Amino acid sequence: MSPPLLGVEEEGGQSNVTLLGSSGSGSTMESVCQNSAELKERNYMGLSDCSSVDSSVASPLPEGKKASLNLKATELRLGLPGSRSPERNPELCLLSSQLDEKPLFPLHPSSDGHCSASQKTVVSGNKRGFSDAMDGFSEGKFLSNSKVDVLLSPRPSANLGLKPGSVLENLGTQPTKAKEITNQKAVQDRPLAANETRPNPNASANNNNGAPATKAQVVGWPPIRSFRKNSLATTSKNTDEVDGKAGPGALFVKVSMDGAPYLRKVDLKNYSKYQELSSALEKMFSCFTIGQYGSHGTGRELLSESKLKDLLHGSEYVLTYEDKDGDWMLVGDVPWE
Amino acid sequence: MESSKLKREKDSQISDELNELRMESSELKKARDSPISDESYRRSSFPDEVLERVISLLNSHRDRSSVSLVCKDWYNMERWSRTHVFIGNCYSVSPEIVAQRFPKIRSVTLKGKPRFSDFNLVPQNWGADVHAWLVVFAAKYPFLEELRLKRMTISDASLEFLASSFPNFKALSLLSCDGFSTNGLAAIATHCKNLTELDIHENDIDDKGGGWLSCFPESFTSLEVLNFANVTSDINFDALERLTGRCKSMRVLKVNRSISLEQLQRLLANAPHLTELGTGSFSQELTPHQYEDLESVFNNCKNIHTLSGLWEVKGLYLPALYPVSTHLTFLNLSYAVLQSDELAKLLVHCPQLRRLWVLDTVDDKGLEAVGSNCPLLEELRVFPADPFDEEIVHGVTEAGFVAVSYGCPRLHYVLYFCRQMTNAAVTTVVQNCPNFTHFRLCIMTPGQPDYLTNEPMDEAFGAVVKTCRKLRRLSVSGYLTDLTFEHIGRYAKNLETLSVAFAGSSDWGMQCVLAGCPKLRKLEIRDCPFGNAALLSGLEKYESMRSLWMSACNVTMNGCRLLAREMPRLNVEVMKEEGSDDDGRADKVYVYRSIAGRRRDAPSSVLTL
Repeated sequence: MSPPLLGVEEEGGQSNVTLLGSSGSGSTMESVCQNSAELKERNYMGLSDCSSVDSSVASPLPEGKKASLNLKATELRLGLPGSRSPERNPELCLLSSQLDEKPLFPLHPSSDGHCSASQKTVVSGNKRGFSDAMDGFSEGKFLSNSKVDVLLSPRPSANLGLKPGSVLENLGTQPTKAKEITNQKAVQDRPLAANETRPNPNASANNNNGAPATKAQVVGWPPIRSFRKNSLATTSKNTDEVDGKAGPGALFVKVSMDGAPYLRKVDLKNYSKYQELSSALEKMFSCFTIGQYGSHGTGRELLSESKLKDLLHGSEYVLTYEDKDGDWMLVGDVPWE
Repeated sequence: MESSKLKREKDSQISDELNELRMESSELKKARDSPISDESYRRSSFPDEVLERVISLLNSHRDRSSVSLVCKDWYNMERWSRTHVFIGNCYSVSPEIVAQRFPKIRSVTLKGKPRFSDFNLVPQNWGADVHAWLVVFAAKYPFLEELRLKRMTISDASLEFLASSFPNFKALSLLSCDGFSTNGLAAIATHCKNLTELDIHENDIDDKGGGWLSCFPESFTSLEVLNFANVTSDINFDALERLTGRCKSMRVLKVNRSISLEQLQRLLANAPHLTELGTGSFSQELTPHQYEDLESVFNNCKNIHTLSGLWEVKGLYLPALYPVSTHLTFLNLSYAVLQSDELAKLLVHCPQLRRLWVLDTVDDKGLEAVGSNCPLLEELRVFPADPFDEEIVHGVTEAGFVAVSYGCPRLHYVLYFCRQMTNAAVTTVVQNCPNFTHFRLCIMTPGQPDYLTNEPMDEAFGAVVKTCRKLRRLSVSGYLTDLTFEHIGRYAKNLETLSVAFAGSSDWGMQCVLAGCPKLRKLEIRDCPFGNAALLSGLEKYESMRSLWMSACNVTMNGCRLLAREMPRLNVEVMKEEGSDDDGRADKVYVYRSIAGRRRDAPSSVLTL
């Protein structure tokens, strides 16, 4: 996988397409599909045409539904195989195979049109690409009587890059509450929950939260406490191996600053949010900035963060990266995970 | 862990002496009561003061229970001297009864929900709320010092109540609890001026941020044990650094993963007397200078015998631990994704290890290294890094298990998650390690046979119970017929806890266990073909047990009703699924003995028959 190149340069206008280059082996930054004229969507859910969404990719999902969203396809339903009724079931159900399931990776410039904001979050919550094994999954049988628990118990919220209030986080940590939760009609929740159920047999390293493609997952089995499950999932995410560029537990990307004589490399795994990354980069490149603007005192200490922020985040410098397709993208659009 | 072992030895010494005393005393009593006046009963009677003193030294609650059964005098002496009460099932007794019997309690351990609630098998609002207990304690034990809860529900309001009701409160330990948020922790930090222990472990916390840690006042210096690994959000590092700096007696510090290596180094520089350390994230990019600092600070921590944490560990930095690893007795790597070579390199430096927890990413090769390097090992737990992924074949197998058994003959506690196992391997393991007291084997695919011979795993568990006479806890898995349970009933004479899942062929299996294991206290069963006949075969047995759990078996409501009718001193609770019919299957049944009668706080989904 070619790591995204973080170039600090002048922002080249708004970009509606936010894509982090990642190959089939997955990475911590998920590809997200946003609509744009140049269709770079990752059609994770195989949804048909989604309406165009605004450029603030990182914004919370709109509660309202876009007309063109194929909601039925995103409906999360839990039920026995064969119970794929097209109308929305009040119970929480597993995603039916109505969905035109498509692999997330490799990238398909598919004919399926755009993805919605909700899908973006879905996709970004996904840690790995999904293969066609998903097809088998929807036929999975569920042994548990406690329907809602089946898919939800092992799901850690942290991996999904959801905002804290999201249903899925609740589901991840308190699956038995899901019944109440399902009565809420949140667009984002269902595809997200469905997202959780997808296995990824192609993941080279530890999988996170996919149920087995061929076997149904049983509630409370294997017997592992929630805290451990959640921690393991987050931990395994961090040790994903990315082709060529990382050993276990590291994801290095090149960072260049305009006008700097040499580039730096940062390990993305060390950070859990964009602020951390940008402050780390600030620190790294502060030496150049001092040179340019003259010293405001002795040593780096006086170059306070706020000053640096102004320097780096003012009109002069922004963080951008080059995605897999060679497009320069603004850093921060995609949820960190 | 060490101290509790020593305590156990001391307790058993005391209990031996006590047995002698008891015999003497009961002989004395018999002699006194005998109508024949004879020289034989004019032996010196044991002065009460001495007896009281001896009894007051007893720590084990089981010994104290035995003592209290001897005679009325002993009962009274025991109850007045007891300072710690252990209640294994919060519904087996009421707080009022406890307070009436034991007036001088300063430390309470309470356990609530059935163990399967850890795995989401128990409805959310099932009960086990501690508040009612706290209210009674506030009235009767105003000088309460310690509270240890396991699988209880405790709200923020309860934590606030706790913090303000007990001026002498010293130790709070919450394990696998729920119902509270970091706000409750803030209340504890703010108001408990004498707190020595705050141990927050594997709970379901509503994490609202790390501000709670900053609530410890600047004048607060008494903390000795601080474990907040469970509370994952960022805390104010300066506050933590100051806290550890001024709490000079701190001996246990387990931070959460938001703490970086650099921060850890600063903490340790101020706390060289730590005996137990839980690191934060172990993967920051360090300059050589920083790495040296880290190494040297570990070099200074000569007393660390327990190490955990190591989130996101970078194998590269493990050597910094070498100064500490030589005297480690407990190494918890169950959150550290290590490969076999990384583990092997580290274990070379851990010859004193008694307890080791790892992830199965270390593979069989890593376990071979365990066998080669840790001859004193007594406990091994291997957790699955990817429990739900069946596509990728990885993890540990029977080979790793066998390798450890060859190298570690003192092994007596094992928890082993694997995807394949053979009867031969298990048989070999227990031949090498006949002293197992806790044998928990989890073959992760339900109902999976011996993968080489395709036979049931009956032979394996038969070997376990036949060879390991001291076995107290057993968890079985894989494809098992009734034969396994015949073996268990016949040989497992010391078995106290049995966990069964996806096993057995008929009622006969469970009947064997109920008829056979004299010391059985906890039986938890899920997804097995045991029905009413099996359930009802244990009628009298259940009164000598703490509890029985059966879920997704073949038990019906009528069977449960019959049990409830026949045994009025048992609480028979059925957890109803929504929409299920009343006379059909009883999907989740929880049976326990109680002197408090049926509980009044059961939610509508729980039916007490």
